[in-house]
Parts: sequence; structure tokens; C-alpha cells
Amino acid sequence: MISLAGLAAQFTELVLAVLLAPLLTGWVNQCRAWLQSRSAPPLLQPYRVLGKLFRKEVVLAHNASPLFRFAPYLIFGCLCAAAAIVPTLGTDLPLNAAADAIALVGLLALARLFIALAGMDVGTAFGSLGARREMLVGFLAEPALLMVLFTASLISNSTSLTTIAETLAHKEFVIHPSLAFAGVAFTMVSLAENARIPVDNPATHLELTMIHEAMVLEYSGRHLAMIELAASLKLFVYSCIGLVLFFPFGIAGGGDWRGIVLALPALLAKLAVGGALLALIEMVSAKMRIFRAPEFLGTAFLLAVLAMLVHVLLER
Amino acid sequence: MNLLTDPLQQVLALACAWLVIGALGLARNGSVEWATRVLYPAGAVVGLGLAAVALRAIFQPANSLVLPLGLPDLPFHARLDALSAFFLLLLGSVSAGVSVYACGYFRQQQGTAPGLICLYFHAFLASMALVMVADDAYFFMVAWESMALSSFFLVTSDHDKAEIRRAGYLYLLIAHVGAIAILLCFGALQAGAGDYTFEHIRALQPSASWATAAFLLALFGFGAKSGIVPLHVWLPEAHPAAPSPVSALLSAVMLKTAVYGLIRVTLDLIGSPLWWWGVVALALGLVSALGGIVFAAIQTDMKRLLAYSSIENIGLIFAGFGLTLIFHGFGMGALAALALTATLYHCLNHAFYKSLLFLCTGSVLHATRERSLGRLGGLIRRMPWVAWCALIGTIAIAGLPPSNGFASEWLLLQAFLFTPSLPHGYLNMLVPVAAAAVALTAALSGYVMVKFFGVVFLGQHREARLAEAQEAGLWERTGLLWLAAACILLGLFPAMVIGLLDPITRALTGHGIGNLAQGWLFLAPINAERASYSPLLVFLVTALLVAAAWLAIRLFHRGGTRRAAAWDCGFPDQDARMQDSAEGFGQPVRHVFEPFFRLEQHAPAPDDLRPRFSESATDRLWHWLYLPIARGVERLTALVTLLQRGRISVYLAYSFATLLALLLFAR
Repeated sequence: MISLAGLAAQFTELVLAVLLAPLLTGWVNQCRAWLQSRSAPPLLQPYRVLGKLFRKEVVLAHNASPLFRFAPYLIFGCLCAAAAIVPTLGTDLPLNAAADAIALVGLLALARLFIALAGMDVGTAFGSLGARREMLVGFLAEPALLMVLFTASLISNSTSLTTIAETLAHKEFVIHPSLAFAGVAFTMVSLAENARIPVDNPATHLELTMIHEAMVLEYSGRHLAMIELAASLKLFVYSCIGLVLFFPFGIAGGGDWRGIVLALPALLAKLAVGGALLALIEMVSAKMRIFRAPEFLGTAFLLAVLAMLVHVLLER
Repeated sequence: MNLLTDPLQQVLALACAWLVIGALGLARNGSVEWATRVLYPAGAVVGLGLAAVALRAIFQPANSLVLPLGLPDLPFHARLDALSAFFLLLLGSVSAGVSVYACGYFRQQQGTAPGLICLYFHAFLASMALVMVADDAYFFMVAWESMALSSFFLVTSDHDKAEIRRAGYLYLLIAHVGAIAILLCFGALQAGAGDYTFEHIRALQPSASWATAAFLLALFGFGAKSGIVPLHVWLPEAHPAAPSPVSALLSAVMLKTAVYGLIRVTLDLIGSPLWWWGVVALALGLVSALGGIVFAAIQTDMKRLLAYSSIENIGLIFAGFGLTLIFHGFGMGALAALALTATLYHCLNHAFYKSLLFLCTGSVLHATRERSLGRLGGLIRRMPWVAWCALIGTIAIAGLPPSNGFASEWLLLQAFLFTPSLPHGYLNMLVPVAAAAVALTAALSGYVMVKFFGVVFLGQHREARLAEAQEAGLWERTGLLWLAAACILLGLFPAMVIGLLDPITRALTGHGIGNLAQGWLFLAPINAERASYSPLLVFLVTALLVAAAWLAIRLFHRGGTRRAAAWDCGFPDQDARMQDSAEGFGQPVRHVFEPFFRLEQHAPAPDDLRPRFSESATDRLWHWLYLPIARGVERLTALVTLLQRGRISVYLAYSFATLLALLLFAR
């Protein structure tokens, strides 16, 4: 049942996620700048941007509805809850009994629904265009992510993320070909979901190709800060899902304080490598036309379904 | 008076009360006040009473009754068991909300008189209640046909318009083709004994071929009533044609009577389903789900959009039912119970959120006289009550936590995750594909609902007169709030709903998943190690985090808030037409799922000075299936007209020939 240590671990993970998420974004930006032989922004630049936005006043459009003002908090809350579910340091998380992998996908989808609705709220050309494109990416990426998680669930006979992490981390070394397919699919989905090249470009603005930035154009001040923080959290959550599914080594078991302390450097190292790889992928690929995005995501979806099939056929 | 202590008698009495209320409508046929201030509230009270009786009856043993009604030697049999009681609960609780809403909705208008609408409305409700307690084929068919007829008159209540008459005709036609199949199904089941009581049919053990014939006929008949692909064409015509409260009842409750009938025939009357029936139902369900939602995405009429989304939901329900049959056929009772629970839970959820959304469109329709998405927009500022209720429905229908739609989809996906344990090689491979289709459907429904809510309620008014739109009245709001509250409660306390479904799955599959070791807080079917979900905790934690973020901002934030013109990348001359239109929002789906549609495009010529581009997407099945059948029927009837000469001497010759032939044969 729920232990005090579990609650403490849960709280630590949540706070850590909120604190570390902008750092990961900063690290990816820095790596990208190095790879493009630009002079890199400081590692802590995202914190400065957030701080600046938090201090500024909010400029709301005349016809912005309460939904527009409420949405950033809700999106932030959904992503925090998602971050709390994904095991990063230890697997003794009380919240995991309340929400499993399907609920995680549901929380991410809820955040997407609200950001798309907020994009449509003011009624500008860019807002609704961005909302439509975001939902286009979403309706293909979401089932693909679910199928990736299902593959892992079938391997560990559970949809609970902690059980998945424990099974995959503590199993003797068995090669799962299904996880290879799932890994490729997951990488593609994460690129699309986090508004990365080749589907979207986080650095672009005022272009007809933007997706995420188009939706949040009308936001400013503290609202924009919440949205930016939520976007960082999303990248962090996706990175951690990837680590749990494909590199779960080093995550501490239940109630093991020393393990949790040791898990922190392991997590940081894994995230550093992952962030560098993300920057590399973005470096070597080109931005696609928006109409190619469904093909890209359709491929990811098919790969994820293939992963399930491979598991059913070969690994039982 | 101990006549009415028996729940079955109470149900029959309440159904009669509905009939009486309907008949009273004729007393002052032309008076809207009489119907909306007296009769509809009374109907709502009866609905609540029915829900209360049914809720108690779920946990009581089944009891039956022979009514002193019907033909001589062929009395009506009635029976109330857990399955009937569950569907009666659905009918009563949803119709209570819809009736309250109807008090504010119906006004003086063209078409059928208000008293007559009131009669049809309550006769419709009563006949649905009777369908669910009928215990012989005769009574069932009488109730079933009264349901079809009363709903036909409701669909065509605005019968001045030609397209509404056309929709009604199509509806009646397919309803009757389906009814014939159901009749034949009962014929196949009674095995020549001439005894059509369900009690007799239940006792029989039909041979596999007869059982299969009966199942396929039932699938056809009930599938036609519930709008399963390829028998769905009437649904997007008929549901939008009706007044909104009726659309709500059609989508929310009448489709479920077909699900009830299919479950009753397959799991109760036939009793021992073969596993491959489940594959058929699963495949049909998935095709309907995916087809329905893809077509919903390209609709430009808000009620048609919701009607197509009903096809999607019925598809998911059929998929769950198919999975139940597969598990049941392989003797895996506990998993069959899980799949059946997911199916019935989804029935209940769909009833609430679809009626909620249809009623919201009704309020929008009243306030704006506009059904086309392309002429709406920005209504959240004029009609906040309706908009926030619609948002709850939107979240629920998109299957997002912590709503009720997510809870049932969660259960359905859990059921799918157990399919690798099926002892059949090919099915194991089929099922990941099925799970993928369910996931894709769920994600697409999110897309569709963003389109629906965003285009109707958000953005700028696409027409200037929308700025004068009026908020819905008190009656309408009460009805909406009742349904919205049900959506939230059903989502937050799924373990209690499962407890409600437990007697049904025990009766039909021999297993239940309602006795949860985890208590009311957690939804943990099969075992908690495998999967558990607690919407209340998820909701509380998320709410806590949202509140914490908001409070932190309140405490530490110093910047103010200023209103200004929208930024939109600095473009100064924005107008409402620059927002995405409904067609524009559907475009990506039309692009990705192009093979689903029959596209007709008209591009302007290069030298056209006033270029116009038009594109229409229609259902391929209409051209591949229905029009050929219609042409065949026409050709056949044309042959018959060869007999018709219009000359009396020819007809006398026919009579003479007939007489001769009869004399020859009869001798």
C-alpha cells in the first residue's frame, strides 16, 4: 500500500521533472547550436526565458474566452500528472496504481485537446491552422504511441508503467525484436509530438509550415510561460518514457533510498545522451512538407503495429 | 395496494403512464404550453421513476408475467431480468434529462402539432421500455414496430421539407428490412414448435447451422437498426432531420435497443455462441467505427457530424460485443465478462454524452437558426452554459480522462490486451490490428470533436447576427446539466458502474468482474497487478497541480493583464472568414483517408474570370450497394407493369386465364 517513502519519492520525481525539464530543452538547443557550428546559448537560457515571461504582463485578445486563460494551467497540470506517472528514478510510485500507460496517453491527449481548442479560441487564421495541424499529427501519433506502450505491456503482462519498468530492467538479457520496431516507431512519434524536425521546427516563426508555434501565437506573459514550461515537460516526459521502455537500467526498485540517489546521475547521463542524439537527428534531417507528415506518422503507426505482431508471433 | 410491489409491474405501469401522458397531448393538440409545462415534466418524472425501479431491479432475481393482452391464445409475456433492467435504467435516466430539456425546446412551429409530437414522443419512450421487457417474439415485434413507427413520425415532424420526407422514407424502409430479418431470426430459433415465447426458445438447444442462421439474421436486423456499416445510410439522414430532443433519443437510446436485442438473442436465447460469430461482429464493428469517424470528420452540418459519430460509437460497441463472443466461444468466461462489461459501459456512456451533445446542438439551433458549421462560431461568449456543457460532452466523446468515455475505452483496450491468450493462432495476429483500429478511432474522435467544439463555440462569429444569440433557457440548461453531471459521475466512479453490471455478466457469461478487491476507488479488472485505474485520483491530482500552478502565479506574479486586438503575426485586417472553415478542418482527414470517399471535384478552367472550386465527398457504398439494389428493384417492378395494359378486355382475359388455371389445378 501507499508508504511514506513512496509519497516522498513521488513528490521528488514531480519536482525534479518540473525543475529539470527546461534544462533538457536548454541542453538540446546547446547541442544543436554546436552541431550547426553556431555559438551556443547558455545551458540555462530556457530558465531565463521563462523568468522573463513570468515577469511580463499578459496581452489578451479582446475576444479571448475564459477557456483561453484557463487552458495553460490545465495543460501544465496534465503534463505534470503525466510526468508523475512515468518512473524516472524509482519504481515505488503510489500514483501508478491510479494511472497506467493508457491513462498516460489519455492525459497527453487531454493536453493536446486543450492546446488545440485554445489555438482556435481567438479566431485568427494562424491559430486555427495550427490547431488543425496539431490534431492531424495527434490522431496518427497517439495510436502509434499507444501501440508502442502495448508492445511493452504485452511483454510484461501489465499496463502499469512501474511494472513495465521493473520487468524490462530486471529481466535477464533477452533480445526482444518487437522492441526494436517499437523503438523506431517511438522515436518517430516523439519527434512529431515534440514539434521537432522533420515534422515541425521549434525555432521557426512566421512561416506557413509551423504547427505548435502557430497555435500559441496569441499567448503572452505568464500564460506563454506556462505553455513553454509544459512543452519542455512534454519533451522530458517523452524522453523518460523512451528511457523506461528501452533503457530502463539504473532505475531503483521499491523503497530503496540509496538506489534512488544513485539513479539520479544515471538519469542525467541518459538524458544527456538522449538530448544529444535528438539534436543530431534534427541536424541530419530536413523539414518535411506538412502533407508528408501523415506518411511519416503512418509509417510510425504501422511499425508500432508490426512490433505488436512480432511480439505475438515470435516471442511467446 | 400491493399490486405494484413487483418491479416488473411497476415498469409496465410506468410505460402505460407514458402512453397516457402522450394521449393527453391530444386533449389540447394545438397548445404548446399544455405540452411543455405539464406533459413533458410529467414524462421526465416517469423517466426518473423508471430509472429508480430499474436500478433496484438489477440486483433482484428475474421475474416474469403473462399479460391479459394480445391475441386470443397468444398473450403477451413480459420478463424483467438484470439485462433488461440495465437498459431500462439507461432509458429512464437519459429520457429524464431529454424530457426536461424538451420542456424548453418545443415551441410553436411549422409541421406536426405540438400535441401530436407529444403523443409520438411518449409512445416512442413507452415502446422502447416494452421492447426491453418483452418475453415472447410476438410482443417483442409489436413493441419493436411501434418504436419504429413512432420514431418515424417524430423524424418527419417537419414534413414540409422534401429532404426530411426523404430521410423518413429511407429510415422506414431500412427499419422494415431489418424487422423482417429479426422476425425470421425468431422463426429460425423456435425450431418448428410454434411456441414463440423466449422461455421456450431459451430451453431449446439449436443445431449449429440453425443457430448460425439465427445469429446472422439477428446481426443483420439489429445491425440495420443500430446503423452498422453497410446498413448505416439512413442514420446520418434521419437523426439530424428530427427535432433535437428526438435526435438525442434516437442516437442515445434507440440504437441501444438494437444492442440489447442482439445481446438478448445471442447470449441469452441462443446461449452457446460460436467463436467465429465474434470475428464477424468484431470486423463489422471496427469497419463501422473507423468509417463512421472518418465521415464525421468531413461533415459540415453539426447534427450530421454527431450522427456519424454515433455510427463510430455503435461500431466500438459491436467490436466489444464481438470480443465477448470470441472469449465466450473459447470458454474464457472471465475475459468474456470483461469485454461485455466494457460493451455495456460504453452503451451507457454513449447514451449520456451523445444526448448531451445533441441537446447542445438543439440550443445552438434555437439561438441561431443555423445548423451549418460554416456559419457558426464564437458562441462560448454568447452561450456559456451550453458551451461548457458541450465541452464536457466533447471530452467524454473524445475518450479523454477523467471522463466516462475514457473509462469504457480503457476497459475495452484492456480486454484487447488479453487476446494473446486466445488458443487460436490466426486470431492472435488479427487482434493487434483490431486494437490498433480502436486506438486510431479513439484518436480520430478527438480530432472530430476539436472540430465540432472549436468551430461552433470558439473563434469569431462567422456571421454578424450570431452576436445576438441568446443563452438557452432554464429548462434546457437543467436538462443539459443533468446529462453533463452523469457524464462526469460515470467517469469518476467506474468501479460502481462495474458493480452495477456484475449481475448481468454473471447471468450471461457465468463470470463477473464487479467484486473488486481494490474497493470503489480503483478500477482493476482481473487483477490489480496487471492494470488499475482510478479516475478520481487522476482528477484530484491534476486539479491539485492546476490549482498549485494558478496559486503560485497569483502569489508571485506582478504583471497585469491588458486587452488588445488579436496579434496574428501582426496582420491588421483580420476577419472571421480567415478562420478555418468546417471544410478546411476536415481537409487533412479527407486527404489521408481518400480511398474512403467518392470525391467529385470541379476545378475552374485557366481562363475563368470568376473561378469557383467545388469538391464533394460522398459515401462509396451508396453508389456500390444501394443504387444498384434500387435499380434492380425498379427493373423488377417495371416487369410487373408489363401486365398493366389499361384495357378492360386484357384484364378480363387475365381473370379468365387465372380461373382456368385454378380449375385445372384445384379440380
